[in-house]
Amino acid sequence: MRLVSSNNLPRLFFLAVAAAALLPACSSVTPVAAWEKGTLARPEMTFDWDRLESDYAEHTYNSKESAAGGAGVGGGGCGCN
Amino acid sequence: MGAPAPDFNLPGLDNLPIDLKSLVGKLIYLDFWASWCGPCRLSFPWMNELHDQLGDQGLHILAVNVDAKRSDAMRFLAEARPTFQVAFDPAGLTPRAYNVRAMPTSVIIDRRGVIAASHAGFSTSNAALVRREIERLLGVSR
Repeated sequence: MRLVSSNNLPRLFFLAVAAAALLPACSSVTPVAAWEKGTLARPEMTFDWDRLESDYAEHTYNSKESAAGGAGVGGGGCGCN
Repeated sequence: MGAPAPDFNLPGLDNLPIDLKSLVGKLIYLDFWASWCGPCRLSFPWMNELHDQLGDQGLHILAVNVDAKRSDAMRFLAEARPTFQVAFDPAGLTPRAYNVRAMPTSVIIDRRGVIAASHAGFSTSNAALVRREIERLLGVSR
């Protein structure tokens, strides 16, 4: 079976036009600049803002799994810590 | 690096404008910081020391704050007590002009107004290297 058969061409053309029409929508999503990460750096933006609670949860999880580590990533989300 | 430092005009602590052009002739340590950025906060005692020890030799420190809210910056400044100059740019026009990619970022501008060096981030281990570079540019030897 050929991928591009003649009766597929209109459909492919439509998809290409649709993709081209939707592409500019992506350009409105600009990355957050380094100096704009004040909100992201707030403690409540982290996964474990309550250190005590997350320590308990982690301890329970480690006991259940009989394995420790591998939970979470370093850094606070502001890209600087 | 090697390019002329983009000019700017920002309000300082007293709301009076600070013009980069007016500082030409001094070695400028331009620092972009925010109160929410941990390493930026760590760099303040170091910058105070730098200003106190090398200010007389022709070093001018200008710390540009990029907090969205001035009150957040003021709260930190009340405890950090900088002895050097502070300016405010909540709109973030200067970090964009200086192509800041990480917080904090410091730019060393030589006496002719040309960017001599740029450093991303702050760590106490790296600070000694930066200081040596500043001393070299100032022509101070220890």
